[in-house]
Amino acid sequence: MADPMRIRAQLKDGGVTEVRVLMAHIMETGQRKDGSGKIVPAHHIQNVTATWNGKTVLTAQFGPAVSQNPVMNFSFKGGAKGDKVSVSWSDNKGDKRTDEATIS
Amino acid sequence: MKSQTIVTLAAAVVLPFAMLAHADDTQKEIERYRQMIADGNPAELLEMRGEELWKQKRGPKNATLETCDLGLGAGKVQGVNAVLPRYFADVDRVMDLESRLVHCENTLQGFSMAELTKNPHSMKAGERQTDHEALVAYIVGQSRGAKVDLPQTHPKELESYLRGEKMFFFKGGPYDFACATCHGVDGQRIRLQDLPNFQKPDNAQRAFTTWPAYRVSQGAMRTMQWRLLDCFRQQRMPELQFLSQASIDLITYMGVKAKGGVMDAPAIKR
Amino acid sequence: MHTFDIGRRDALRSGANFALVAAAISAGVLPTSAFADWNKAAFDAKSLNDVVKAFGGSSVDKSGDITITAPDIAENGAVVPIAIASKIPNTESIAILVEKNPNALAAQFDIPSGTEPNVGTRVKMGQSSNVFAVVKAGGKYYVATKEVKVTLGGCGG
Ligand code: HEC
Repeated sequence: MADPMRIRAQLKDGGVTEVRVLMAHIMETGQRKDGSGKIVPAHHIQNVTATWNGKTVLTAQFGPAVSQNPVMNFSFKGGAKGDKVSVSWSDNKGDKRTDEATIS
Repeated sequence: MKSQTIVTLAAAVVLPFAMLAHADDTQKEIERYRQMIADGNPAELLEMRGEELWKQKRGPKNATLETCDLGLGAGKVQGVNAVLPRYFADVDRVMDLESRLVHCENTLQGFSMAELTKNPHSMKAGERQTDHEALVAYIVGQSRGAKVDLPQTHPKELESYLRGEKMFFFKGGPYDFACATCHGVDGQRIRLQDLPNFQKPDNAQRAFTTWPAYRVSQGAMRTMQWRLLDCFRQQRMPELQFLSQASIDLITYMGVKAKGGVMDAPAIKR
Repeated sequence: MHTFDIGRRDALRSGANFALVAAAISAGVLPTSAFADWNKAAFDAKSLNDVVKAFGGSSVDKSGDITITAPDIAENGAVVPIAIASKIPNTESIAILVEKNPNALAAQFDIPSGTEPNVGTRVKMGQSSNVFAVVKAGGKYYVATKEVKVTLGGCGG
């Protein structure tokens, strides 16, 4: 099972919520060879969706060139302290993960 | 002359400072790069996993680690990494963080020592980090901001320091290297890494307070015990035993030299 | 398909269950169809032009209103921090491309209204290369470029 994400959502001046997401994922490129010379198959996050109070605030598509343990930074207007920000990802093998953070 | 020896022997990976003097701009830009990646250290993910493990009932005795005494009292995690290694009366010896953690897993949870010391570190690229690494990440993260201050009052703590110092300067291996060969000279660099000179407090502090660290090149967080194993390899010395007295003494030596530094681990490094 | 049908029937059988599932979907816990498709053609493309074509664009213009924040020199190509900010009105999406990677496109972000046209992530670079930021705004495509040198390739030790 996929490990949890670390989501930080902070309300900044001007009513902007800054979000930093840290995802636990190998992000295997599909180009690397293992010890025996065999190609390690690609295994990477493909889709990411972030919602705030049920409204989509960001969607992203990742290829294998996004670094291992992906970081994603973005910000949106309208959030309030105590609101929930939820982030989901799914990868090319069908694994998924959803986690939530409270805006502080 | 010393650095000359290193250039020829260490597979030309060690460059004396002069050869890289023109690379100061590069170094500045690399420093900016390091700052840019500092926020978003994947070690934070491992800290979360470690915290879960810390509170989870595990092992044959189905117990949590929450009563483990890491040096500041039973169950206290905050700040412990700034006072370890230290003397523990219950075992009548000096232990570093990793030894003490394993000791608690053995005594409180009933895991066997053989089990606990068999594969403490993940090794291959892409391999899942071990529970040991996750627990270390969590505990160490709880010491951020604490000032390094290893106790040196018990005779065994002093002995550990003195043995560590001796080892630090002891030359061995096919190239007759000591830790001090690489870490006792100013401005020594391998690739673009500044090698800390442990005779200088600021150098020692920077090195000691930033381990364990997430290694970008390995996609994994590495513990201090791992760091030492790796330096023994650099030195072409026989493998250092995990949790051995020698490893603990070396950490004691470095920690005492780093007194006053502010813990900032797990850090992130190339 | 079978299991999905069963799950649905179960959910419908009890009002409470149904409400739970509905709440879970709206909370993003069950992202059944929440995920847009993955644009395979764009991620397979080798060049800037081919990526833009796969996005559905026909041309791409240079723009001074896109800022790329990235290091001039990255110590390790496995982790190159890239942030992109667009000042172009009605920015709808932002993509990050690495010219010399086997496949150019690294990541693409859709920016709904209310979200700042400013995103950041970290990408792998096999070697020193240009990084492109491609912005879609008002149905048109714009690009900015920055060179990043890498001292250690994306798979180095
Ligand atoms: C052949 C040279 C060499 C020898 C001998 C050597 N090391 Fe190292 N050491 C290195 C290099 C190179 C690095 C940096 C590695 C890196 O960044 O990848 C390093 C890093 C370290 C660090 C981490 C410093 C930091 O700021 O991250 C510690 C601690 C350390 N060594 C301790 C020791 C100890 C203790 C010994 C003796 C047992 C030793 N080293 C022997 C080359 C050496």
